[in-house]
Amino acid sequence: MLELKDLKKTFNAGTVNEKTALNGLSLRLEEGDFVTVIGGNGAGKSTMLNAIAGTWFVDEGSIHIDNLDVTRFSEHKRAQYLGRVFQDPMTGTAASMQIEENLALAARRGQRRTLKAGINNKERAFYREQLQILDLGLEDRLTTGVGLLSGGQRQALTLLMATLKKPRLLLLDEHTAALDPKTAAKVLEATDRIVKKDNLTTLMITHNMKDAIAHGNRLVMMHEGRIIYDVSGEEKRRLTVEDLLHKFEEVSGSEFANDRMILS
Amino acid sequence: MNIGVLVNALPGACAQGLIWGIMAIGVYLTYRILDLADLTVDGTMCTGGAVCIMMMLHGYPVWAALLVAFLAGMAAGFVTGLLHTFFGIPAILAGILTQLGLYSVNLRILGNKSNQAINVDKYDLLISLRYIKGVPFWRNTILVVAVITVILIAALYWFFGTELGCSIRATGSNANMSKAQGINTDFNKVLGLMISNGIVAFSSALYAQYQGFADVNAGRGAIVIGLAAVIIGQVIFGRIHANFACKLLFVSIGAIIYYLVLQVVMWFGLNSNDLKLISALVVAVFLAIPHLKNRYFARRIKKGGESRA
Repeated sequence: MLELKDLKKTFNAGTVNEKTALNGLSLRLEEGDFVTVIGGNGAGKSTMLNAIAGTWFVDEGSIHIDNLDVTRFSEHKRAQYLGRVFQDPMTGTAASMQIEENLALAARRGQRRTLKAGINNKERAFYREQLQILDLGLEDRLTTGVGLLSGGQRQALTLLMATLKKPRLLLLDEHTAALDPKTAAKVLEATDRIVKKDNLTTLMITHNMKDAIAHGNRLVMMHEGRIIYDVSGEEKRRLTVEDLLHKFEEVSGSEFANDRMILS
Repeated sequence: MNIGVLVNALPGACAQGLIWGIMAIGVYLTYRILDLADLTVDGTMCTGGAVCIMMMLHGYPVWAALLVAFLAGMAAGFVTGLLHTFFGIPAILAGILTQLGLYSVNLRILGNKSNQAINVDKYDLLISLRYIKGVPFWRNTILVVAVITVILIAALYWFFGTELGCSIRATGSNANMSKAQGINTDFNKVLGLMISNGIVAFSSALYAQYQGFADVNAGRGAIVIGLAAVIIGQVIFGRIHANFACKLLFVSIGAIIYYLVLQVVMWFGLNSNDLKLISALVVAVFLAIPHLKNRYFARRIKKGGESRA
């Protein structure tokens, strides 16, 4: 479904700030896979998602979605296959526009934007229905400006926008990291529900090892721009946080230098 | 000081304000909706008038002249848009480059003269400063420009409610989100700049007719007047919760207020050479107010905290 072949990306090449973010990354996702991604700071997790989304082009390697080579597709062209939720709740929505306008924009992902009305009454009823699923009381506030919503509400809305038009692949970049624990749990629960309902192929980065174990059918660990551990099925279900820490030290030969991951 | 002089001058100020209000609506589209400061308008505010007057002098009807003026403005916007998106030049610099280049283009259009006059008695102009008084009401310049403004606002209100228009608003509001939703932000920026500059050139064509001549310096500082109108409208009506059409109307009213105030200031005996300095100061003050307000309030809260401690 998704195939990353030997991806390489170096930022600021030739300067003192040179940083190899992806170093021969390869990954294959099957239809319906829900993969959680963990790894220390600078392991290349977000870089991998940005490479798939086309924020910039990779230096080497190829990206295939459904056997289609999208390596040189621009970001907006690739968006027709992808649903994305970002770490920063401000990134995924247009603050100066209404809730229903944001949803209408998302509903037209991958379509040509014409001179037809930007939103119609039939859609509104559908959006109200969809917002009800989030259980945040947004269904009665369709014309509220998104800028007035809380971070959690905006993130939940972004999640809905990413999946309103069923994507081939859902990319979640630590989408609950900026939220308070209660809201994070709620958004994560909504994520599970939506992914299950539409059987979405999903890549979810998280800094929380418990979440990484509890969600999805497969887990990959990244280190220095590569995947160092890949586990799925029964083996993944039996994983514990201690197993993961141990695994990391074993494969990378260093301590898991990320307090955030150990503490949470 | 004779109050009669002022009263007599007010209809003219109102007409000028309306014409510049159209220009300010163009500025609003880039400055507020696309979130770009587009300095191209200083050039297009002359280009439109130059094209319009030269075409009419060559015997074309006024509607054709206005249409081509609009298209010429769009072309200028296209150049700026291309410099910004395709060539990656910062928007403000791209605008300055186009504006500078346009100065030569404008001189060419004007037949290598710095200005070209058109005789209101010999040519069938749509509006003129002579059509303010003593003409049938439907020929009155104030009414004609007001009707044009209403039609323009209605057209823009419709357009920015379409799928394409919504995607342009999203582009200005959050480019990252727009790309993630499959919106071609580069295309939208170019399109937005084209529409904006088309409107500005159209306003320029009206203004040249109104004055009876096109001048190569007509656009100098136009962006400041446009911003002044946008900001005045916002300061006066900012607290009203308004839809998009009303916001555009406030911009137009802002331009009228700007010209009325200008007229009053001149009536008090101010040297008209100082006008640009005063315009710049007024805009600078209004742009600075939100920033100063934040700092002022922030400091007050801090002091309160210290006194408690």
